[in-house]
Amino acid sequence: MTSVESDRADQEAFSSSVVLEQTAAAPESLLASPDQLSQAEITQEIIDYHAAADAREAAGERVGMTLHDYPPYRSSILRHPTKNPKLVDPETIELWSPAFGQRDVAAIESDLTLQHTGEPQGERMTVQGRLLDSWGRPLANQLIELWQANAAGRYIHQRDQHPAPLDPNFTGAGRVVTNDNGEYKFTTIKPGAYPWKNHVNAWRPAHIHFSVFGTSFTQRIVTQMYFAGDPLFPLDPIYNTIRRQADRDRLIGQYDHDLTVPEFSMGYRWDIVVDGPDATWFEPEEGDH
Amino acid sequence: MAENTVPEKTHLASPGQTVGPFFAFGLDYAKKHEVVFPHSPGAIVLGGTVYDGAGAPIPDAVIEIFSADSDGSVPRSRGAFRRDDHSFTGFGRASTTDDGHYDFWTRNPGSVNGEAPFFAAIVFARGLPDKLHTRIYLPEDAERLAADPLLSTLTADERDSLIATRTPDGGLHFDFRLQGEKETVFLVY
Repeated sequence: MTSVESDRADQEAFSSSVVLEQTAAAPESLLASPDQLSQAEITQEIIDYHAAADAREAAGERVGMTLHDYPPYRSSILRHPTKNPKLVDPETIELWSPAFGQRDVAAIESDLTLQHTGEPQGERMTVQGRLLDSWGRPLANQLIELWQANAAGRYIHQRDQHPAPLDPNFTGAGRVVTNDNGEYKFTTIKPGAYPWKNHVNAWRPAHIHFSVFGTSFTQRIVTQMYFAGDPLFPLDPIYNTIRRQADRDRLIGQYDHDLTVPEFSMGYRWDIVVDGPDATWFEPEEGDH
Repeated sequence: MAENTVPEKTHLASPGQTVGPFFAFGLDYAKKHEVVFPHSPGAIVLGGTVYDGAGAPIPDAVIEIFSADSDGSVPRSRGAFRRDDHSFTGFGRASTTDDGHYDFWTRNPGSVNGEAPFFAAIVFARGLPDKLHTRIYLPEDAERLAADPLLSTLTADERDSLIATRTPDGGLHFDFRLQGEKETVFLVY
């Protein structure tokens, strides 16, 4: 077969598979775009949308900490609600949350460096802190899940095509249940920055994803912890979906030398505060079903 | 509620962020969408599709539900992340498929303290900068639905976006529309 015939055969094979287009496109193909903006254009959009949010707030609008309508984060454009959310009083079930106990996760699940036969590559670190409510009360027996890229900035997720090495000794997912003082602790590897295709030369600052349950379902959050001083902060649309610096600062894990273990691991401290309406002040009674 | 007895908040909340594109390995666990054992007595399928503003299915969303048991009791059993196939924890998590579809095995929640029965639901997705809360109401109890403090403030279209459809096999169908004309009503507390 000549190379021309071979090409034609490939095209036919391709056209006979177009029915597959009925399934939704994979994320990486949605992100890749020939008319992507430059970093300078995205950075300017970040600044402009923060200013616009400030102006709306100054005009009396209730504006949340995290902006849902935030075009610099390109994949949000068709995925954010356009109507204002309804402010409601939580009903009974929303003031409760699934019950967790120490038995619900194995102790080893909080150490991401022990999940394989060998030691993962990278800088061993611990991150620990307290889970608190809006009144500073520690929340015991709540589940915290964590997932992250490896030291090279690669996720084990099959659609992550970043050409950095996977680490056979690192999966990057863990769980822990807070203790009686609301404290949690993970041992892991410091994640690397990684590229994504939001715009030309887009890189995410190093971060760890956290998923957190509070005592009330209204308090549920998924967020990301970052590392102080990252030069990618002003460039990153996702970090900047949070419009105020003071709010973004609360997602930064602080290096704490007292938590660093000699010859072993670097220590970071990060307290997590779950919000809740005033109704979450009251401890529901066991009989109050 | 005696709101004047609630003291001022002293701690600012940690802001939420998107779940991102690569959450599957971080949020997965066995039987996460099986709130009850499939086909056990009273078990139903609650399912539907998550759509974006162009009407396209969202293949990388996560739906979580939490609800009362059929007798209206608030579940306090542990083990939502380690299913024993008989304790009712009330909590389930489902990732959408490539077609944007999610489903749960669960039970019809009963009325809690006389409230209209519903599943509390949260949506996370790539491209969604923060969680979205909503409710999936059961369609049957017209009297309680009419008296519901939230539903009674909504337009007919908004109200319809929060009420599931009963399927012929006794299951529930509920679509999430993150944007557009039939946008689901989302909640803040």
